[in-house]
Amino acid sequence: MEALDIARWQFGITTVYHFLMVPLTIGLGLLVALLQTLWQRSGKEEYLRMTKFWGKLFLINFIMGVATGLVQEFQFGMAWSEYSRFVGDVFGAPLAMESLLAFFIESTFLGLWIFGWKKLPARIHLACLWIAVLGSAVSAYFILVANSWMQHPVGVEMVDGRPRMVDAWAVFTNNTALVAFPHTLTGAVAVAGGFLLGISWYHLWRRRRDGVDTIDADGRVVVGESATIPGRDRTDHAVWIRSLRIGAVVAMIAFAGTAITGDMQGKLMFEQQPMKMAAAEAACHDGTSFSILSIGDPGSKNCSDVTAVIEVPGILSFLAHNDFTTDIKGVNTLVPEYQAKYGTTLPANPIYGDRAGQEIQYVPVMAVTYWGFRIMIGFGGLAALAALVALVLVRKGTVPSSRWLMRLALFSILAPFGANAAGWIFTEMGRQPFVVAPNPQLSGIDQVFMFTAAAVSPGVSAGELIFSLVMLASVYAVLLVVEVRLLFRYVRGGVAAAMPELAHAAKEGPVNLRKSDGASKSDDDEGSGAGGSGGSPGDSDDVLAFAY
Amino acid sequence: METLPTIWFVLIAVLWTGYLFLEGFDLGVGMLMKLFARNNTERRVLLNTVGPVWDGNEVWLITAAGAMFAAFPLWYASLFSALYIPLVFVLLGLIFRAVAFEYRGKIDSRRWRDRWDWAIALGSFVSAFGIGAALALTTTGLPLDANGDRVGGPFAWFSWYAVLGGFAVVGFSLVHAAAFLALKTDGAIRERARRLVTRWLPVGLLPLVLWMVLLTYQHGKGISWLLVAVSAVAAFTAWRMAGRGREGWSFLGLGVFLLTGSAAIFGSVFPTVLPSTLNHEWDLTISNASSSPYTLGLMSIVACVGVPLVLAYQGWTYWVFRKRVSASQLPQAHDVVPAVGTV
Ligand code: HDD
Ligand code: HEM
Ligand code: HEM
Repeated sequence: MEALDIARWQFGITTVYHFLMVPLTIGLGLLVALLQTLWQRSGKEEYLRMTKFWGKLFLINFIMGVATGLVQEFQFGMAWSEYSRFVGDVFGAPLAMESLLAFFIESTFLGLWIFGWKKLPARIHLACLWIAVLGSAVSAYFILVANSWMQHPVGVEMVDGRPRMVDAWAVFTNNTALVAFPHTLTGAVAVAGGFLLGISWYHLWRRRRDGVDTIDADGRVVVGESATIPGRDRTDHAVWIRSLRIGAVVAMIAFAGTAITGDMQGKLMFEQQPMKMAAAEAACHDGTSFSILSIGDPGSKNCSDVTAVIEVPGILSFLAHNDFTTDIKGVNTLVPEYQAKYGTTLPANPIYGDRAGQEIQYVPVMAVTYWGFRIMIGFGGLAALAALVALVLVRKGTVPSSRWLMRLALFSILAPFGANAAGWIFTEMGRQPFVVAPNPQLSGIDQVFMFTAAAVSPGVSAGELIFSLVMLASVYAVLLVVEVRLLFRYVRGGVAAAMPELAHAAKEGPVNLRKSDGASKSDDDEGSGAGGSGGSPGDSDDVLAFAY
Repeated sequence: METLPTIWFVLIAVLWTGYLFLEGFDLGVGMLMKLFARNNTERRVLLNTVGPVWDGNEVWLITAAGAMFAAFPLWYASLFSALYIPLVFVLLGLIFRAVAFEYRGKIDSRRWRDRWDWAIALGSFVSAFGIGAALALTTTGLPLDANGDRVGGPFAWFSWYAVLGGFAVVGFSLVHAAAFLALKTDGAIRERARRLVTRWLPVGLLPLVLWMVLLTYQHGKGISWLLVAVSAVAAFTAWRMAGRGREGWSFLGLGVFLLTGSAAIFGSVFPTVLPSTLNHEWDLTISNASSSPYTLGLMSIVACVGVPLVLAYQGWTYWVFRKRVSASQLPQAHDVVPAVGTV
């Protein structure tokens, strides 16, 4: 493999990985902030527990987003130096703004939230979380402005062969960004909804299985409590059933949001990147039909290998133009148009290295765009459907005792993650062979585009890229295992895992906290020097309850 | 002189200095997890001194890199691609460190903690060293061709300057962290941290002083020597004050040392941002590496709003968490037990 391909794999892998963490951070952060608000408004214990429990999972995930985001920021310069030189004047700005106006806010105020439970007045403490959540939304906006400029360059002029920003307003209100932003946010919220739903289902199921909750003759729940299982009191039932319902409703609303905004994105895409849409449909010839199933040779870029099996006439033109009859251009029509405008072979410019003179493949890998599009919509839809079914099944206050359904509920957490990843893979791979796709509308800046083949760092060898790819991929793999295992552990621990005081209460009855030095039964190395002195034991638990 | 690129050169120097000042002590605290803390309680005290702030400190690095991209894309592209291998290690170090901070306390087991302690200590060391090397090299030069690409293979960047810069940041971070711990902890740790400063400050700061003097000697302008002198006085003051138990002054002295030191370094190389060791015609300077005036102007407006805001709320965070951390406040470690019946 040559450097270019490795660099692309590396970018794809690290970014898709980063985007496993990101939507959960955005979506769950929002929900935790809502829950804490509900707690402060109502004073109800269950909302406090929900805040702590979901907050704990949020933090376990958040840190991985931070760690992998760093790689993104450095990667443009390291592996894509020609790209960075070419677009720096316009692309660097939103990236720098993202750090300055969003990352600082997120990290600082989240630190205040984590460590500020007893130090800050309740309202200010809550405000810190809301500000951090707002920060993640702002960060999403800036990064999507940057990405959208690659999909649809606006607001620039060519000077000495490089785009120069001349209209910041156009860049920051790029219509591509304005629809990608709500689409990505709602997609993130869908992830969080599914997350709440699946995990709460598991706990309700566990409560039934352990005999804590039972059902009466009508199938209504009879809430019980257990003296021996940490945290399994009556309030605990309320925690899970509420989380489940909130999660389900949120998941359905979010899916509707992605559908509405996705439809808007689709319409823009027909104008801005017609080839991407044709490839997403595996449509060779002009027409109006939306394909439900097409088969072909996987990996093929050749249209004649694709056979449509099931098609619905009219839908495609509805997606593009809101009517059922306008023909949509297929791949066979588009390729000559692209060739006429942007050439048939890569120019003899040193920037292309050995690749100069190669024929340009204007059709992206159709199997990826076609299935990426369908997986995104399909998985998202399945998750929303599952949420609806779940709401119906729990209408009597608890979940069915079926183990099979419980597994399915846990599994359905994954679908929205899959939809998000598929969406990005479709968007990014559908843009190929361009890294900056030409903007077909404004004739003035038509020449602003860049082939991916020209973007990679000329000075960096394939060996170096292989080294980093192997290192990053293996570290990411290990960390994913660690994160998932930690999440499992805290999920299985229930609320008591995030609120140790509940665990104490179960073991030795309420109030009676042990003398603090005797309690350390762990294999610690410091003996009892730890916390014997100073303050009552109750206090010491509070001060840094969330700390390290 | 071009005003906007100059402003952005200064701003980027400020961002790097702010980064070294702030993350300096949390990188150092990370290394001290293994070098200084004696048991788990002490390690937790160390962690909790930086707990609420380390992520915010790290954003200074992201912003410095982002600002380079926005204001001097050619500098960003050439430097980052030339230093490909070392930066991979920096990234891995930062990844492990970040995850370790968060995950270390999440399971109450000695093995688990031990591993993450190593991740924090080594991650901090590797990233501090790599960032120091990168900063030194951008002041002393890299073998770049006319397009700004590195020639000579993956290790062509290696020079003794890289080693010097690496030790400069590692040494400074260790001293700075000791001064920080003396300021932020109580009891026996505070005492030991203070002694660490008095014993090791001269050695720890030496590489940074060498780097400073070297550049001033090669390219210094008149005022550079003055900055070096102020820097030396500040270091000396920090040392004396630590000896007398004036922790606040000692920490401040280190801050002044860093500020004037980096002013001397960046001031000497100005207006070059990245020299080519092959041909000085190919040097990247503030004029040939910068973005257009329009972009720089836009970014200046954003910075005028953003930077004071960041300083204000980060300052507030330090104020909220101003109390010294001591072992007696730490909550009991607890383990996570599955919420299931015993059947
Ligand atoms: C700000 C810019 C930006 C943003 C926000 C994203 N990407 Fe992207 N993406 C690129 C900038 C980019 C790029 C630098 O332009 C790449 C590298 C090479 C290429 O073909 O495009 C790219 C490639 C690329 C590839 C490989 C494509 C190929 O090899 O053909 C994948 C799978 C993704 N991206 C996925 C993502 C995901 C999951 C993102 C969500 C976080 C994402 N991208 C956001
Ligand atoms: C390829 C482009 C991307 C780059 C360069 C990038 C950069 C970064 C960086 C540097 C961080 C760490 C911040 C920290 O330490 O606090 C981060 C985290 C994060 N990013 Fe990305 N990111 C990219 C894609 C995205 C996208 C597309 C989104 C949202 C739609 C996003 C949203 C977030 C969020 C919410 C976090 C969570 C952690 C945090 O901000 O602290 N990122 N990203
Ligand atoms: C009926 C439903 C949906 C439609 C019509 C739709 C449509 C689209 C379109 C057309 C794009 C490509 C935009 C471009 O390349 O310019 C896209 C991207 C994307 N989709 Fe969807 N989508 C739907 C549902 C979902 C769901 C359920 C999720 C996640 C839970 C999701 C997540 C994404 C993401 C993350 C991207 C890439 C980022 C972006 O360009 O905004 N989508 N979607």
